[in-house]
Amino acid sequence: MSDAAHAHDEHGHHAHPTGLMRWLTTTNHKDIGSLYLFFALIMLFMAGSMALLIRAELFKPGLQLMHPDFFNQLTTMHGLIMIFGVIMPAFSGFANWQVPLMLGAPDMAFPRMNNWAFWLLPVAGVMLLGSFWLPGGAVAGGWTMYPPLFIQGGVSYDLTILAVHIMGLSSIMGSINIITTILNMRAPGLTLMKMPLFCWTWLITAYLLIATMPVLAGAVTMLLTDRNFGTHFFNAAGGGDPVMFQHIFWFFAHPEVYILILPAFGIVSQVIPTFARKPLFGYASMVYATASIAILSFIVWAHHMFTVGMPVAGQLFFMFSTMLIAVPTGVKVFNWVATMWKGSMTFETPMLFAIAFVCLFTIGGFSGLVLAMAPVDIQLQDTYYVVAHFHYVLVSGALFSIFAGIYYWLPKWTGHMYSETLGKTHFWLSVIGMNIVFFPMHFLGLAGMPRRIPDYALQFTEFNQIATVGAFIFGFSQLIFLTVVLKTIKGGAKASDRVWEGAEGLEWTVPSPAPYHTFETAPVVK
Amino acid sequence: MKSMWQRAALVGMMGAASQSALADYAYNLQPPVSEVARDIFHLHNLIMMVCIGIFIVVFATMFYSLVKHRKSSGHQAAHFHENTTVEIIWTVIPFIILVGMAYPAAKVVIEMKDTSNPDMTVKITGYQWKWGYDYLNDGVHFYSTLATPREQINGTAEKDPHYLLEVDNPMVVPVGKRVRLLVTANDVIHSWWVPAVGVKQDGIPGFIRDAWFKADKIGTYRGQCAELCGKDHGFMPIVVKVVSEDDYRAWVAKQKGSAQAAAADNGKTFSRDELVERGEKVFQANCAACHQANGMGIPGTFPALNGSKVATGPIAAHIGIVLHGGRPGTAMVGFADRLSDAEIAAVVTYERNAWNNKMGDAAQPADIAAARGAVVAAAPAAQ
Repeated sequence: MSDAAHAHDEHGHHAHPTGLMRWLTTTNHKDIGSLYLFFALIMLFMAGSMALLIRAELFKPGLQLMHPDFFNQLTTMHGLIMIFGVIMPAFSGFANWQVPLMLGAPDMAFPRMNNWAFWLLPVAGVMLLGSFWLPGGAVAGGWTMYPPLFIQGGVSYDLTILAVHIMGLSSIMGSINIITTILNMRAPGLTLMKMPLFCWTWLITAYLLIATMPVLAGAVTMLLTDRNFGTHFFNAAGGGDPVMFQHIFWFFAHPEVYILILPAFGIVSQVIPTFARKPLFGYASMVYATASIAILSFIVWAHHMFTVGMPVAGQLFFMFSTMLIAVPTGVKVFNWVATMWKGSMTFETPMLFAIAFVCLFTIGGFSGLVLAMAPVDIQLQDTYYVVAHFHYVLVSGALFSIFAGIYYWLPKWTGHMYSETLGKTHFWLSVIGMNIVFFPMHFLGLAGMPRRIPDYALQFTEFNQIATVGAFIFGFSQLIFLTVVLKTIKGGAKASDRVWEGAEGLEWTVPSPAPYHTFETAPVVK
Repeated sequence: MKSMWQRAALVGMMGAASQSALADYAYNLQPPVSEVARDIFHLHNLIMMVCIGIFIVVFATMFYSLVKHRKSSGHQAAHFHENTTVEIIWTVIPFIILVGMAYPAAKVVIEMKDTSNPDMTVKITGYQWKWGYDYLNDGVHFYSTLATPREQINGTAEKDPHYLLEVDNPMVVPVGKRVRLLVTANDVIHSWWVPAVGVKQDGIPGFIRDAWFKADKIGTYRGQCAELCGKDHGFMPIVVKVVSEDDYRAWVAKQKGSAQAAAADNGKTFSRDELVERGEKVFQANCAACHQANGMGIPGTFPALNGSKVATGPIAAHIGIVLHGGRPGTAMVGFADRLSDAEIAAVVTYERNAWNNKMGDAAQPADIAAARGAVVAAAPAAQ
């Protein structure tokens, strides 16, 4: 152990590049974590701007600002970038920063692969964003990439397939790193069932990624060969089946939606006990619930396809299995509420975001239950109800948990306290704006407004106007978040080691900011 | 209960909006006019009530805790962190509630999937971007396209009440008859959706899926394509007119009459001006969505016709592309089975003489019939 620590030390202190090369060549988990988080932040503003353009076009009926094809490009790229460029990299950023700190490990298991895993992402990001300037524009077939529509497009479709491959590669490398780190590098005495829940959720997420990313790679490779090499995987005229793509795609993409939410569960399960000053209620059942959700996520994929005309047995199976997910998800919500019950609560910004998460994510869960009912889903599939549903899960779920996590750990990362006033302003504007955007969408969907349309019938006007106003409130309030983050990095009140009174865990035993190299001698957990 | 809750939420959200506008708001599933749609409506109400009940119980507990158990009011944290009994209870109770919900839902699924014993069958085909209807029992065939004028979409004209939800040829069915739908598509996946009758069925190219409805009320019911199908996905409405049995018979007779008139046109020879005039209408209905009314196309996606090699080159090649489609993999599909000889002749002539394409030549229905080739010519022309 001492030899290893010594070697590490030398590497760290003697050959330490500075400036740009530090960031390009870094193998340090904290640097890489920061890179992921900055990348996600930049992409958040890119994909967010696209959302605002979409909402601006939808402010009133008629085509005002753009051509329908460009509208479709915006919705497609907004989806692809928010998923692959914002939420996933942000969670990877948290994993890189926090997993070694929480486990008492000096770094990730494979630091050089870690560097690669990150630097693939900007390459894919540039390919995606750059495709707007190619002939024919960016992909306009929806983030779900359904053929035969996806076979029709121009060169940007091939570029997007390549970008998806690269992002998948990056995720798999990241996942291998996280699994190996968690299984092999825990501090002595830190058994799996003592490990912070954030590490548990990431361990399970990493397995989901490794299981599903190759499936996506296979699906898009088949699209690529259908487009360019005369195969007919998804063309009925050549013996293929367009619906087969949907089965393969959703076999990836349904677990993917849990990839986008399980780490959020982890973050919230760290934040709530801290500010309730009470241990997490039902730690073991939280672990089992997370694992059950992950396992169930593999057998429910076709609930995205109730309208393709499945046999009755298929519909019933996928309906029942989907409904079953409500049980472990309910257990998690009850456990969070029980953690708050009889606590001694304070309401700093991370806690506010965590409480909003529990409440609003539950609304997303309920609309998910409504959609799980196959007959009701047939009315609501591909309407704004679905848009409302997954934005409640991904904005007030994944994104709010990311905000909670940033506010929670920013003092540990930078050594400075953020401005509580600005943080709370950001919270209230976000939570109000978010509900104004997405709540009316439930009504739009029920009343029959399809999603992915640039223009709509007159009876949908008022709710669309409300949603657009909300979108601009929500979108512009993120500039406050940017200000908070940049100000905290530059300076501010000095943060103590244990930043929060109720914080538990190894990361709070090291100074703030966390030193560049931590735990060169492993701490012992009793 | 549900509508009260929704109304309350609505009023809460509306803020500045006027009270009178509230009545026009559509905020629930459309009024059902078939048994299946009604079952779905009730199922949705049931689930909503269960969800709202659970929400109130769970979050009342949480908010009680947020108010009473705060540090600022001096509350000291308890230290319990597990209770097996409680955890088992809150696993088992939701499971029982779910079983209670799954039973009625399964009944509706089984009902929806039973397409046996129809009174009539209609085959529906999705195209980019229109719907084709074939009445298999009555031999009626037509296409249904958005009827909203471009000026309303571009904001230069007042929008009608049924803006974007109106078509040139609605689907007409008799009231109280079990209508079986065979849904497919010609190019990409579309989805035929009319909320009031409770049907949403994807049309998948190369496959036929079925669905059914029995409308129990005379009226006009509107829906839209529900699967992203490219540029004009938002402009692909569906209108179903449910009429009495007598009105339906009269409608069938009228459809057959106009089909005969169209077939007669195929044997005629027209002047170039007649062809151009008719061709412009065919172009607006079938081609303008991609190539644009000004013939400029959409650069990079859909080629311009104004000054194009096709529209100013040999006329035989031009006819060939309109009949059989462009390069494989492009959105340009053949119109051989969608347009009659007279219509194709007209649109080709129009394209060769419109804008800056002053070719001065014309195609006649007989040229199209010849170009269809010996084998294809045996098939009856559309309309």
